[in-house]
Amino acid sequence: MTRKPFRTALAAGTAAVLVAAGAACSSNDDDGTVTLTVGLFGDFGFGPLYEEYMEANPDIVIDERISEFADHHTSLTTHLATGAGAADIEAVEVGYISQYTASPERFHNLFDLGAGELEDQWLDWKWQQALSADGEALIGLGTDVGGMAMCYRTDLFEAAGLPVERDEVSALWADSWRDYVDVGHRYLEATGGAYYFESSGNMFRAMVEQAEQGVYDREDNIIVESNPAIGEAWDLTVEAIDAGMSNGLEAWTPEWNASFSEGTFATIICPAWMTGYIETNAPDAAGLWDVAAVPGGAGNMGGSHLVLPAQGEHAEEAYAFIEWLTAPEQQLKVFEETGNFPSTPELYEDSALTDLTKPFFNDAPVGAIFTDAARSVQPQYQGPLQGDVLATLGQGLGRIEDGSQSPDDAWAQVMNDLESF
Amino acid sequence: MATATNSPETKGRAASAGRPVPPGPWRDRLHRLDLKASPFLYIAPFFVLFAAFGLFPLAFTAWVSMHDWSLLSDEQVFVGADNYTALLTDPYFWNALGNTVSILALSTVPQLLAALLLAHLLTMRLRGQTFFRMGMLLPNVASVVAVAVIFSQLFGRDFGLINWVLESLGAGRIDWQTGRASSHAAIAVMVAWKWTGYNTLIYLAAMQAVPKDVYEAAHLDGASRLQQLFRITVPMIRPTIVFTVIVSTIYGLQIFAEPQLFGGAGPNGVTGGASRQFQTLTLYLYEHAFNRGFQFGYASAVAWTMFAVIVLIALLNYLFIRRIRSDS
Repeated sequence: MTRKPFRTALAAGTAAVLVAAGAACSSNDDDGTVTLTVGLFGDFGFGPLYEEYMEANPDIVIDERISEFADHHTSLTTHLATGAGAADIEAVEVGYISQYTASPERFHNLFDLGAGELEDQWLDWKWQQALSADGEALIGLGTDVGGMAMCYRTDLFEAAGLPVERDEVSALWADSWRDYVDVGHRYLEATGGAYYFESSGNMFRAMVEQAEQGVYDREDNIIVESNPAIGEAWDLTVEAIDAGMSNGLEAWTPEWNASFSEGTFATIICPAWMTGYIETNAPDAAGLWDVAAVPGGAGNMGGSHLVLPAQGEHAEEAYAFIEWLTAPEQQLKVFEETGNFPSTPELYEDSALTDLTKPFFNDAPVGAIFTDAARSVQPQYQGPLQGDVLATLGQGLGRIEDGSQSPDDAWAQVMNDLESF
Repeated sequence: MATATNSPETKGRAASAGRPVPPGPWRDRLHRLDLKASPFLYIAPFFVLFAAFGLFPLAFTAWVSMHDWSLLSDEQVFVGADNYTALLTDPYFWNALGNTVSILALSTVPQLLAALLLAHLLTMRLRGQTFFRMGMLLPNVASVVAVAVIFSQLFGRDFGLINWVLESLGAGRIDWQTGRASSHAAIAVMVAWKWTGYNTLIYLAAMQAVPKDVYEAAHLDGASRLQQLFRITVPMIRPTIVFTVIVSTIYGLQIFAEPQLFGGAGPNGVTGGASRQFQTLTLYLYEHAFNRGFQFGYASAVAWTMFAVIVLIALLNYLFIRRIRSDS
């Protein structure tokens, strides 16, 4: 008789293990509060805003999860496909947004939640990036845009006998990227071969983003081979690599991070969000960096949207929150905090934005510089695998940079790789 | 087991002795069922879990591998062996296989030899024996990601410690990531650093089971320490060596975190460098499963091909290592 309880316990234990293994996890908010999870890549500078929102809405709790840039979109796609695991609110970078607008059924349609009347709040092209192909569904609200500028090291420019004043520097390459590379030749001669920029991939991408047409046409065909703008950008970049201008750093690697404070290169293409990275990575270099205009006119590089995956249960609460979070007042606070530039044009008239200067960048009037950049952006169509196509091209340039391939071989391999897309 | 099966019988007999009526057929059948079924029930949890989390995914992966199965679309078309033929004709697959085998050889061979020597040293009388033995296991406790991140910085091109040392010794800097051989060496170092101590302890345990009198006899015959190691110890711990070789092979063929983190957070982390110079098989699988297109069908075909490759190489290693006895 004594063994019975033991056996019952064993059976119960086994059953418990099996049930636990099979059970799905679910979050309930029995006490009446709603927990909204926010999935971001990197720090968006939302921290103080969460506090503010939770104070005004005591029944809302906000829980932020931050992951690496590359992992973020991979796991978001997996979570969307498997129907579980996504946060209530997810950030999507512009290189990936068209991949998601292609399947709007996986997201809450923000038109149903009342976003329709807000259209005028955003830059037109920013709004359209989050629209489905038929225009019936809106999957996200814009956070920042990446109007481009050019950051440069004043001390290195001075040592090379180049102008240091930001307007004069802008004038050096006001006309084209051709001029930018010519200044590079001068810089190399004067310094005896110091690096002019950090990575050729970044320079190439900036040129492509400025072109009227990028790597996709409007029918979603990859047009890398036939688009003359891309061929020209490639050739000019190869010229710069051959001359030895590139530091050959890959973005987001530890070497890349360290190079900012070491000052191993003189210029870097600076979308608004990049200023924040420079400040964090090179805290000792305050006053040494400055911001000038980017060569070749305006263009957009990066920027994000906040989307609501359809699997999220708290659509209304989440929508109310992102509507508040992406409103001009909050975008301005984020800009002051991180440098991420607002996507809402009404701020572009606001002196709180246009008069903003950054002490780190020699008191450069970043507000005015990025306002001009964002205003003059001509939107470019982004195809579904935009980010991957650009990465493939960037790797081709990387192979030239590290000496493992000739420019012709690298181009041939890029074409070959793109065929499998 | 014996007590569990005996107890109902004795209990049944006692009950029948106390009462004149024989036990009903229902009770009898229950007892027999208990005898037959209980043992299976006791071992069931393992098999149920294994079926759910081992066997089913394995079979399902085989099923998926025969489809054009993308995570992004709801339509899955049966394509038979197409994924496998595409895989076997993809030069990037063969490149990844070559890299994997190269990294495996570079990490496993020195690692196991070093482990053998270290274990041999640890059998000797040393001061602070326990300290050294425990210290061996410390690298293994560190997380793979931490190890890979730190070593990636050590092997950095511009600001890495190793290049700094090389330069101050008068040797030139090495761009560890760019070269095929240098990147394989860097990754092999990360693997060896983590696993050498672990294998040392396994060898040490096996060596302590070797009878002392064999060594004494060898010592009287004038055999040196090193001769004792290769003539006595190695043949006598052969089963353990076979075990470590096979386990290291299986682990080494699935290396993922080290090359992925070595490549950085950008696209090079997925393709194993801009020229795919250190893309391993698992990284190749990851590229197709969790990047553009999310081609789970193709990635499943990679997984099954990897399985075949691992079985094949482990088998070859086993046959090779078995020769140890005939040599001695």
